[in-house]
Amino acid sequence: MSLTASDVKKIAHLARLGIDDQDVESYANDLSGMLDLMTQMSELDTNNVIPMAHPLDQIQRLRPDVVTEHNQREHFQAIAPQVEDGLYLVPKVIE
Amino acid sequence: MYNLTIAELAKGLRAGEFSSVELTQTYLQRIHQHSELNAYVTVTDELALQQAQAADAKLASGDASLLTGIPIAQKDIFCTLGVKTTCGSKMLDNFIAPYNATVVDKLNQAGVVMLGKVNMDEFAMGSSNETSYYGPTKNPWNTNTVPGGSSGGSATAVAARLAVCATGTDTGGSIRQPAALCGITGLKPTYGRVSRYGMIAYASSLDQGGPMTRSAEDAAILLQAMAGFDEKDSTSVDQPVPNYLADLNKPLAGLKIGLPKEFFTADLNSDMVATLEAGINHYRQLGAEVKEISMPTLKMAIPAYYVIAPAECSANLSRFDGVRFGYRCENPADLADLYTRSRGEAFGKEVKRRILMGTYALSAGYYDAYYIKAQKIRRLISDDFKNALAEVDVIMGPVTPTPAFGIGEKLANPIEMYLSDIYTIAINLAGLPAMSIPAGFINGLPVGLQIIGNYFDEARLLNVAHQYQQVTGWHQQVPKGFE
Repeated sequence: MSLTASDVKKIAHLARLGIDDQDVESYANDLSGMLDLMTQMSELDTNNVIPMAHPLDQIQRLRPDVVTEHNQREHFQAIAPQVEDGLYLVPKVIE
Repeated sequence: MYNLTIAELAKGLRAGEFSSVELTQTYLQRIHQHSELNAYVTVTDELALQQAQAADAKLASGDASLLTGIPIAQKDIFCTLGVKTTCGSKMLDNFIAPYNATVVDKLNQAGVVMLGKVNMDEFAMGSSNETSYYGPTKNPWNTNTVPGGSSGGSATAVAARLAVCATGTDTGGSIRQPAALCGITGLKPTYGRVSRYGMIAYASSLDQGGPMTRSAEDAAILLQAMAGFDEKDSTSVDQPVPNYLADLNKPLAGLKIGLPKEFFTADLNSDMVATLEAGINHYRQLGAEVKEISMPTLKMAIPAYYVIAPAECSANLSRFDGVRFGYRCENPADLADLYTRSRGEAFGKEVKRRILMGTYALSAGYYDAYYIKAQKIRRLISDDFKNALAEVDVIMGPVTPTPAFGIGEKLANPIEMYLSDIYTIAINLAGLPAMSIPAGFINGLPVGLQIIGNYFDEARLLNVAHQYQQVTGWHQQVPKGFE
């Protein structure tokens, strides 16, 4: 199976990932190579197999519904690119 | 002093032969002297000396653990409060974590001295340390070759005596492969044994932290401090941690070792086979029974892994959006441009390749064909291991198809690089513990022997590795120029 340049651009858009135009072809090649590798999986019959999401088949633990996290806004915002009055700043979304 | 193991250093520190400050100064000096290896991203000279002084005080008062005053390198994937944590990426070049990883907290409590943060493949995606934003780390056995990856900085630091020991993480072989290529001892614990809290996520159902050391005994000491339940990690397993030092000296008579025939095929060259055979013969002499086993689905590990890991990577790395922390592009036109360009400018090529692959595998219409199919294969692989480990106590095999390869040799061909993970990734899919121990040399480059055990059977792996290290000296070899 092979992916085209326009497939790659579509996937990059889904991932909100900027890629240089000059690299699109090489990503298309690499991803096609990976997909070839993956088609090997179809050799195995997995009809009655339950998908394995966790190596120990463990499920999420529940904890008592009590407050464990405290407000550390200033601490966390100290490393943010742009903040104002405790808010994270991004380009205007609604005109 | 810098050739001593943790156990030997702990004795020397208590006997007053040297102080932790002296030990730390020796290591810091070596780190700066050998900066050409590019093992460290950040060296924390001042902090290290402060920690060493505190350690000396604790040693004097008698309130000390085996790790008190021992200089360690932290892989730059573990968040360290107040110290830059880059994960080998431009994305986090300016990131100073607001908290410590649980592993870092636990090691600090044990009294270690952090020398600095060591280099790694970007976001732990790579098998050669060449994808790091900070340039490749070099293998001290031959500086034209790679140290392996992703924990390449950790392996080089330990092998070249730029740290007594180091932390690593292993998603598809990232502790064991660099340990093998640099001639050190590395242990990937059972999934859930060591907390992933504050360990920057790559593929959450596979990632596991572990020790990288000069001996199995040191690995036991380090794992003892790293392991344990952590309520901050939702996949941490609540099971008591045994005393990993207690069983080290158990005799191996009667130990059942399985050699999967799928590991010893024509793809493995004769030098590798001969080196591994010699290693396995030592076990026969120690009284172990060796038998061939078969694990037919092993060959499906690579395709399944390269669906699951990129899928989880694409989900995990969506958090890097230029808004709350990390890199942000200049003058974004709008929000979409902010996301797209911040990610596009700050991620390297291998990371982008895996995000694209994962995004595709998870996209509408392909999810069942790729991700669910891979998870089903994952169960079959895991069942293969369960069946094998019902018959034998441990499984042995190669860690890598060859010793260290040249810098730049495989970078242009990502698929070839992925294929070199063939012997390690099935273990991550199954979630089992496994070790790499030095087992010889080919053309002056180290070769690792892999030992795979049952869930939570780390104590047995350490025992099996330690007994080998009592009758061989491969783990004590030092690269030329670093003695």
